[in-house]
Amino acid sequence: MTGLDELDQRGGLDQRRAPDEVLLGFTTALRAAGVAVTHDRSAAFLEACAHVGLADPAAVRTAGRSTLCGGPDDLHRFDGVFEAYFDHRAGLPRPRPATPGAPTLTSLPETDADGAGEGDDSDPVRARASDAEVLRHRDVATLSAGEKQRLAAQLARLRFRPPRRRTARHDRWHRGQVDARATVRASLRRLGEPAPIAYRRRGTRPRRVVLLVDVSGSMSGYADALLRVAHRLTHVPDARVETFTVGTRLTHLTRALSVRDPERALVAAGDTVPDWSGGTRLGESLQVFLDRWGRRGLARGAVVVVLSDGWERGDPSLLAEQVRRLRRVAHRVVWVNPHRGKDGYEPVQGGVVAVLPHVDDFLAGHSLATYSELCEVLSRA
Amino acid sequence: MQVESSAQVAEQLAATGYLCDESLATVVFLAGRMQRPLLLEGEPGTGKTALAEALAQVAGVPLLRLQCYEGIDASQALYDWDFPRQVLHLRALEAAGGLGGQGVEEAEKSLYDERFLLARPVLAALQQAPAVLLVDEVDRADDEFEAFLLEVLSTYQVSIPELGTVRAAEPPLVVLTSNRTRELHDALKRRCLYHWVDHPGLEREVEIVRTRLPEVSAALARQVVDVVQQLRGDTGLQKPPGVAETLDWSQALHHLGCAELDLETAARTLGALVKYREDADRVKHALDRLLTT
Repeated sequence: MTGLDELDQRGGLDQRRAPDEVLLGFTTALRAAGVAVTHDRSAAFLEACAHVGLADPAAVRTAGRSTLCGGPDDLHRFDGVFEAYFDHRAGLPRPRPATPGAPTLTSLPETDADGAGEGDDSDPVRARASDAEVLRHRDVATLSAGEKQRLAAQLARLRFRPPRRRTARHDRWHRGQVDARATVRASLRRLGEPAPIAYRRRGTRPRRVVLLVDVSGSMSGYADALLRVAHRLTHVPDARVETFTVGTRLTHLTRALSVRDPERALVAAGDTVPDWSGGTRLGESLQVFLDRWGRRGLARGAVVVVLSDGWERGDPSLLAEQVRRLRRVAHRVVWVNPHRGKDGYEPVQGGVVAVLPHVDDFLAGHSLATYSELCEVLSRA
Repeated sequence: MQVESSAQVAEQLAATGYLCDESLATVVFLAGRMQRPLLLEGEPGTGKTALAEALAQVAGVPLLRLQCYEGIDASQALYDWDFPRQVLHLRALEAAGGLGGQGVEEAEKSLYDERFLLARPVLAALQQAPAVLLVDEVDRADDEFEAFLLEVLSTYQVSIPELGTVRAAEPPLVVLTSNRTRELHDALKRRCLYHWVDHPGLEREVEIVRTRLPEVSAALARQVVDVVQQLRGDTGLQKPPGVAETLDWSQALHHLGCAELDLETAARTLGALVKYREDADRVKHALDRLLTT
């Protein structure tokens, strides 16, 4: 294969290895970079390379992009890995955006010393129960590691009934409109003999819920709990929940949160989000969300929940403008602010003042109790 | 479509007036060779649907178009029995002298004849193959429909209980388009060759305008594309204009007798370019600056 020479001149291919081995090595590298490359995709990639030949690096790249990628996010990663794999003259190792270390598990303490309250309470069950009650109203940013674990367990059991919307399609029902079509068909099935009259009503479907979680520096104490809430909502049967993080940029997180185990899902989320504890450019992130996702249909008729403290580095008027746009496409806009439930809180931050006129609900979001309240509000939306 | 290389694909598509870049040509070439569906995603107005039309034209085969919408199901995509006609047929048999003894089975059989079958786009594409099947805006359909598509696209056959299996003599070239209002299922994506269609660069877009609208003057085409490209760079727009809008605007200006872009006519024809009031205001302000530099 003459084509190998050309790739080789760019420094990419090892002559001692067979081309398919090299190409499969590339798919492995791509998988390691976070693209979901499955076996059949790799096979398709090899087949595509056989068709276009290896002579032209651009054609190999296109073949790879079309067979191994499944979305714009993948394309970006693909290009990075392709450059690094086939063109190793250009300074390796490359700096990658730092990811936070995986949370380590410590064992759950029986009960927290200061949480037990009544010193001589000998009944462990009652002590745990009162712990749970206290935990319900504690600010999640101030919890100790052990309390956070117990909180996580409770968040994973958060009760949520997904909101529903009416659809154009009808369901059979025992009263309501007469379903002429079904009645006639039933009657035809009996060779024209009169059949019981069928009725129908408008059907319902779960309404989409879109969560926009602020992961900027000022929210770092709450990001973990909020993502757990998002994870819980995602896994309630029948719920249609899409999650994004906003900060300095917008990240689609639904895929990462779709892992059933909350801990693994959070690790996956940590790998996906590039801007943990960065700055806040809420207005711009919202704009990107609306342009790339929201206006095209994701936010249309959906309940959109923004979980943010409204500390905006950028221009508050841009933020206000974007929330106004959001409200025009969404069914309901809910703003959750972790600081709202605290004593002496006044909505004076530039961002919050700007958006308040355009949101339907303004809720607190700092404790377990407020999260169940949020679920209530969402269910009724 | 018998082609030997991706360059040839690009050439043939260009002959129909569809100019594509090298990577899109390669993907189309691969789709033909590997007999896989083509999944096109990208901004609205970047020519995803037009590609399917051009492909059908190149190959000289019919284009079957299935527009997806929420609630679409198999009976709208595959086939349906023409129930009223079946009943009419029975009534006609009755009127013609009743159904005597052995005629009953015959009559029943005749109900499920091909002539009572309403072939919807997917079945039609299999029957008329070779053909191009365009499944437009597949993201609008429900998840269940995706699963159904997956089944058809992996075997290229459909079984109708009353008639038997319809198999395509030659798999049709399938083009799926999506505007990404929701993420498609991975299983469907894996079956397909994926391509993200981007806005074309300056030179290519000028070329597109010149090919599609030969009556528009070269100077006007360049100016229009220049403005449009700069507008796309402006992140403030709610809906940046696509190629379709560029063509619309060029045509509008041409009909008003423009040989060169001037501020006043441009302002009057903005409706062809941007579709939001806020955008129109923004562009009006920007036009002055864009036209002078």
